This record gives sequence, structure tokens and C-alpha cells, in this order.
Amino acid sequence: MTAVDDLEVRALPSGRVRPWGPWQTALAILRRDLFVTGREFPIFLAQVILQPLFLLFVFGKVLTQLGYARPGYAEVLFPGLVALAAVLTGLQSTALPLVIEFSYSNEIEDRLLAPLPIGAVALEKVVIAAMRATIAAAVMFPIGVWLLGSIPWTAGAALGVVVMTLIGAFMGAAMGLVLGTFVAPNRINVTFALVLTPLLFTGSSQYPWPSLSHIRWFQVVCALNPMTYVSEGLRGMLVPDVPHIQTWICFVAAVGACLVLTAIGMVGFLRRAMG
Amino acid sequence: MGSENAVAVEVSDLVKRYPKAPVDSVGGISFGVRRGEVFGFLGPNGAGKTTTIGILTTRIRPTGGHARVAGIDVVADPVGARRVLGVVPQQNNLDRSLSVRQNLLFHASYHGVPRGLRKARADALLSQFGLADRSDGRPDDFSGGQIQRMMIARALMHAPTVLFLDEPSTGLDPAARLFMWERIAQLKSEGTTVVITTHDMEEATTLSDRVAIIDHGKLLALDAPAALVRDMAGERTLDCTVEPGRAVDGSAVQGALIRLAAVDRVEQVDDPGGAWRLRVYVQGDTAPLLAVVAQAIDDAGGRLTDVRLGEPTLEDVFIHLTGRALR
Repeated sequence: MTAVDDLEVRALPSGRVRPWGPWQTALAILRRDLFVTGREFPIFLAQVILQPLFLLFVFGKVLTQLGYARPGYAEVLFPGLVALAAVLTGLQSTALPLVIEFSYSNEIEDRLLAPLPIGAVALEKVVIAAMRATIAAAVMFPIGVWLLGSIPWTAGAALGVVVMTLIGAFMGAAMGLVLGTFVAPNRINVTFALVLTPLLFTGSSQYPWPSLSHIRWFQVVCALNPMTYVSEGLRGMLVPDVPHIQTWICFVAAVGACLVLTAIGMVGFLRRAMG
Repeated sequence: MGSENAVAVEVSDLVKRYPKAPVDSVGGISFGVRRGEVFGFLGPNGAGKTTTIGILTTRIRPTGGHARVAGIDVVADPVGARRVLGVVPQQNNLDRSLSVRQNLLFHASYHGVPRGLRKARADALLSQFGLADRSDGRPDDFSGGQIQRMMIARALMHAPTVLFLDEPSTGLDPAARLFMWERIAQLKSEGTTVVITTHDMEEATTLSDRVAIIDHGKLLALDAPAALVRDMAGERTLDCTVEPGRAVDGSAVQGALIRLAAVDRVEQVDDPGGAWRLRVYVQGDTAPLLAVVAQAIDDAGGRLTDVRLGEPTLEDVFIHLTGRALR
């Protein structure tokens, strides 16, 4: 290897690496995701708010002004759209990136090779997606004020609304973890079409669930969509006069769904990540 | 860094069988890599090289056996093992959302390299790898050779004790390949243990202190390239290209050659378009045998169209061990 003899061999800067735990690695990975999200923030916002914005505008404003929907409908709709923004943004923030990172870009490998348990990489994905989803849901409030003039609000409900929104965001992210790891990359387009639309319309975001009692089969279908409990929970706290599923049931069901979905998603993630 | 003979990688009875697979991908292999050496894994595609590297780098769970990297059991303590190993995979897995420099910096942050040190190391590695002037570009805008360099630079950011490179020169142009070889030699000179997989004989011979030849998940031989070749000593070769002529099949020609006293054995290397390429292993000097061999081929009905005299190479060792050419 004569060529090497001519190379100037310089030692790389080295130093003592501080004691470093998996938690710190997880935070470093989260910092990377925050950095990338922050840099693309305006694009991210446009991506996530357009759908709920149009739903709110057409159903909450246009249809009521034209007289096709009752005047109070916007109040019923608004909490459901906050839930919708939280769950769908969460789902989209994990499912698509995971599919891409596991197949086409392999980008996730550098994190799977970082010194932290593989499961923590999956959890970090859920956490960052839930953060994005929470922002998307929070933005619905100023948009609601702007479009509708006022939004339903009771001061006492603030804490419950925040917690339920966080749960909805986490739920969507966990759903995305399941989708992104169990669905084959070449089927993700089909799956999105097959999953997103039903999810969008069976999550009780456009109607109060108890009012479905005379379309019993549809009511049962909606009860199986965990988003229903986020919509109903928020509706119960923001517009208590509208018939709704009891708030404590919503919390229990939503948290339960989060746990189950996260567990399933973790299994899928570990399967994809480990040979 | 311990004594010179300290072991950097220890593998014993390693087995991997994928679910539903009829055979083991890795069938019970054992070996050790010394600290500071360049260790080459040589074998055809599907031999089990990448699976072995996958197990050693904690990405694949073995079915049986043990593996340690820098003394850390990769199954019992994968997180600990990831601290001390660096990986350069076959395929580009750079972070496309980050610039080249950010790829290096974030990687180091995952591994707990303090901010000041990671900046200094990133600067040094970027200039060593000829990437300094384009360090703000995104990975998508770079060529295959540059991507390879970025991945090596990234893997070195946390100063791994053992660096694994999977098929590092596949798809590189000759200049990029040479550059990579020089970097690997430099790493070795700095004390980093390097494990590479390759199906390139020249790469294995040039780079490796020792070479492990594996095929069908089995370790067939392990030694310094020169020693592996030396074991075939006394064996010189005549590479004969034979056209069928009157002969019906190659085996008649092969049989005629084997019957010659000076010939040890004959292997059919490949048959490019009608002609047979036979490698004749002989004792002693090859030149005086030329006429005898030509005559024997002619008697068997074939026609000798080309002949090359050869010393054994790693490729011959491989063919001897596996009964077939590498590619």
C-alpha cells in the first residue's frame, strides 16, 4: 500500500465522552426531529390545517349560512374537527415517514444504531408526531375564532380539553406506528385510501355520537373508531348541552386505545427494525 | 487499548436461520478479530456475510451462538455494543433532511459526543474525506463515491473501536475505490479495527490482514491472504481455453488431462460461449508441460485456443474450497 505512505496521517480530535444514557440519546434524536420540523414549519402548518379548515368553512359556515345546516351546527362540529386534526395529523406524521425510512431511504438505520433501545426509537417517533398533531389541533382554535366569529369555550374545561387533545394526538401517532410498520411499502397508497376516509367519517367529528341511535349499525361502527372518544370527549367538555358520551368513558376508552395501539405498533416496529 | 493480541470481535458457533428458511443463513461459525487489524469477509452474494455483520452490529438477532464486539455481548447488551461500533452499510442511509455536516453532527450527538468536540471532529473528518467545500449540501446531490465517504466519516464521528463496512467498494469507480482503500489503511494505522465484507478478491487481498472465506453460511478458511495462497503451494496453474472441436463434452477433455502424471486436478472455471475454460493444477514447472497438455487435449478431440500460466491467487483458494468461481 504505497499510496498510503504518502498520506499525511493526522489524528482526529478526541476527548473524553461524558457519561451518556439512553435518555440523552432519545432527547438528541428528538432534537433532530424538532430541528427538521422547525425548519419546515410553514409548510408543515399548511399541510395539516387545510383539511380541517375547509371542513369547518364548508360545513360550519357555508352550509349554515345557506340554511342547509342548523345555526348551532358549527358548535357541534368544532370540537370534532379539533379531534380530527389531532388524530389525522398524528397518524400522517408517523405512518408515511416510517414507510419511507424503512424502505426507500433507510434513514432510520442511523437511529437504530444509536445507543438506545430500539423501542425507544419507536416511542420517539410517536412523541414527535404527537407534538406535531398537538400543534395542528391547537391551531384550530384561532382558525375557529376567525371563521366562525366565536368558538364554544368554558373556562373550567381548559385542562380537560388540553389533556384530551394530547391523548388524541398520541392516539393518531400510535395508529400511524401500526400502519407504518405493518403495511408493506408498495401497499401504503391503497391502505391510506382505505383507512383514512373511513377514519375521517366514522370518528364522530361531524355529528354527536348519541344522535346516531336511530342508525344503530353506523353507531356501532363509530363506537369502534377510537377517534370517536376524542371527538365526544372534547364535545362534552366544550358544548356540554349537546348530548355526548360521558366524559370519563371517553378518557378511559381513548387512553385504552392509545395503550393497545402503541403496543401493537411497537411489535410492528421491532419486527421491521430487527432481522 | 489493551495488549496487541487483544480480541476486538469474538464469534462462537454463531447461527442464524430466518423464519421459514429451509437452511441456516449462518451455519455455526466461529472466529476472532484482533484489535487493530483489517479483517476481510470474502464470499459470494448470499454467503452469509451481511447477515453476520448484521448480527455483530445488533441489527439481526442470532438464532444461536455468541458474539462480542470490544468485549460486549451484542445480544445481551446491544445498547452498549452500539456505543463502541461504527457501521457503514451497503446502501445509502444518510439523513436526507440534513446537510452533510449536520449528518455528522447529529450522529455524534446521538452518541453523546460533547458539542465542542463534535464540531472539531466534523471539521477534521470533512476535510480528510474531501467534503469540506460542500459540507452544506444535501446528500441527494452527491455521487455514489461521495455518499460512501460521508457514511464513513459519519461512522467515525463517535470514534468507534470497531468499524464495520459492508461491501464498501460496490458500485464505486476506480478512483473512489482507491481513495476508500487508502482511508481504511489509514484507520488501521490509527488503531481502529476494521471489518469489511467483499466479494472482490483484489480488495480482500490488498486490504485485509486476514481473510475469512465463507460460503453457504460456513467458514471455509481463515488466514492471512498470503498464507491462504501459500497453502496451495506447489500448485501452479495452466488456464486453458478449449474449443469443443470433435469432442462431445468437456468431461472427456478433463478426463484426459487428469490422467497426465504431472496434473493434480482440473476444474472447469466457466464456459464463455461454446469454449471451455479449464484450470489445470500442476506440480512443478508449467512451461515444459505445455506441449503435453496441448497434445492430451487434441487426443481427446478438443482444440486448445488459449493458455495462460498462473501462480495461485486468492481466487484459486476460493475455487478450491467451494468448487466454483466467486462470480
